Amino acid sequence: MFSLDTILQGLLLGGLYALFAAGLSLVFGIMRLVNLAHGDLIVLGAYLILGLGTVTGLNPFAAALIAMPLMFALGWLLQTRLLNRVLGEDILPPLLVTFGLSVVIQNGLLAAFTADSRKLAAGPVESASVAVGPVHMGVMPVMTLATAVAVILALNLLFYRTALGRAFRATSDDAVTAQLMGIRPQRIFAMATGIALVVAAIAALYLGTRANFDPSIGPARLLYAFEAVIIGGLGSLWGTLAGGVVIGLAQTMGAAVNPEWQILAGHVAFVLILMVRPRGLFPRAID
Amino acid sequence: MSEPILSVSGLTAHYGDFQALFGVDVALQQGEVVAIIGANGAGKTTLMRAITGVARVSAGRIRLDGCDITGTPAPDILMAGIAMVPEGRRLFPSLSVEENLLIGAHARRTRGHWNLESVYRLFPILRERRDHPGTALSGGQQQMVAIGRALMSNPRVLLCDELSLGLAPVVIREIYAAFPEIHASGASIVVIEQDVGQALKVADHVHCMMEGRITLSGRAGELSRDAIHDAYFGATH
Repeated sequence: MFSLDTILQGLLLGGLYALFAAGLSLVFGIMRLVNLAHGDLIVLGAYLILGLGTVTGLNPFAAALIAMPLMFALGWLLQTRLLNRVLGEDILPPLLVTFGLSVVIQNGLLAAFTADSRKLAAGPVESASVAVGPVHMGVMPVMTLATAVAVILALNLLFYRTALGRAFRATSDDAVTAQLMGIRPQRIFAMATGIALVVAAIAALYLGTRANFDPSIGPARLLYAFEAVIIGGLGSLWGTLAGGVVIGLAQTMGAAVNPEWQILAGHVAFVLILMVRPRGLFPRAID
Repeated sequence: MSEPILSVSGLTAHYGDFQALFGVDVALQQGEVVAIIGANGAGKTTLMRAITGVARVSAGRIRLDGCDITGTPAPDILMAGIAMVPEGRRLFPSLSVEENLLIGAHARRTRGHWNLESVYRLFPILRERRDHPGTALSGGQQQMVAIGRALMSNPRVLLCDELSLGLAPVVIREIYAAFPEIHASGASIVVIEQDVGQALKVADHVHCMMEGRITLSGRAGELSRDAIHDAYFGATH
């Protein structure tokens, strides 16, 4: 019914959605904060890479390497100056603040870069492809999925093999007791948001080289990311990758049947999975 | 008498409109074990939470080695050398036994008697269960993890909140059997206990609390059962 090509394209597209979602999953896992501006921060990252590339003449990959520490710094400042002030028992204030931030970023980008759609030009690699058996795969989509797997792997190692990761998990479990261990939750949160925005910069690189972007596309990226996180199970990073792949597969298969069904098919898959597995595919044992 | 390592003077604390502590004075000498006994709601835990910087202090002073640490944030209190075994153990469920121990030394990495090896020697069962989730252990073993976690920072002052709560007498004895070594490592200790017999056995000084006030203080050997009974439940006139 669906060609091998369609399924492979869906798998590869899933890598992009997993990259959108990884930062969101990380932040939610550690501080139970749903960052509604996450999609806009990815778009901001794309403009940052674009701007750095224009100023320095570097290609998008090199510009992204410069954008990553800048985005980390932005995440750190965002958390310490703004989000730490609203985190608390009540989940509504952080939602409202990140919603407001989303509007601010969109309008800021609109004022600075106009509504014209832009693209990151990566050069010949954009159209390069590799033949794997009977199908040809674009080099960029393959790199996107490989990067997504590498990012999730790296985040997992960070989470489960390092002292910082231990502090992340302890703070997520019980922030008050973590303070008795000398851990400063606000600094842990700042670190987490910094890392999330580094991942957002990576996502931005692949978003911007794959297709056009303009200041208004953030919320739709947030929606895909959100669906990927929920499908995977809240707080599970591998689940987030699986969730991204599910959305990617559903969209590509939907489009193969009827191009108008692409976006809809992703959302339908999301609803169907939630009906069968309300807590997602890989729910965390403890919550 | 020399300067106490930890002293609390005139400590007052509130939970919202409810006053939990009314001018509490407690002193802990270097190398001493002090027990604070009292019924539920006497303010013992609030006192511990105030010392560790988790609860806010309305009035009064807390000094560590003569330095005023009143109102210092909890992480800085740990860094100054006060570690707590919290009531209910509060192990981190996402962390293995060993990770729970390691997180105790996350911020304060002071050289001293305590490290993974010496904690495992103190509680050998924890070595066997090092890879289990902390919360998969029995209550007594969890309490051992909580004590080990606090020791990992090599604290100068160790606060133990209700070590025996919910544990069988044989397990309580097993846990208190670790006290001589903890004591020998140089830590001064404050224990909160509802088990008066256990408190009298382990402590040099005992303070009894009721309704947010210290109602009786004295050397463990010199307090009569009747005096403790009155201080614990309120004197009958």
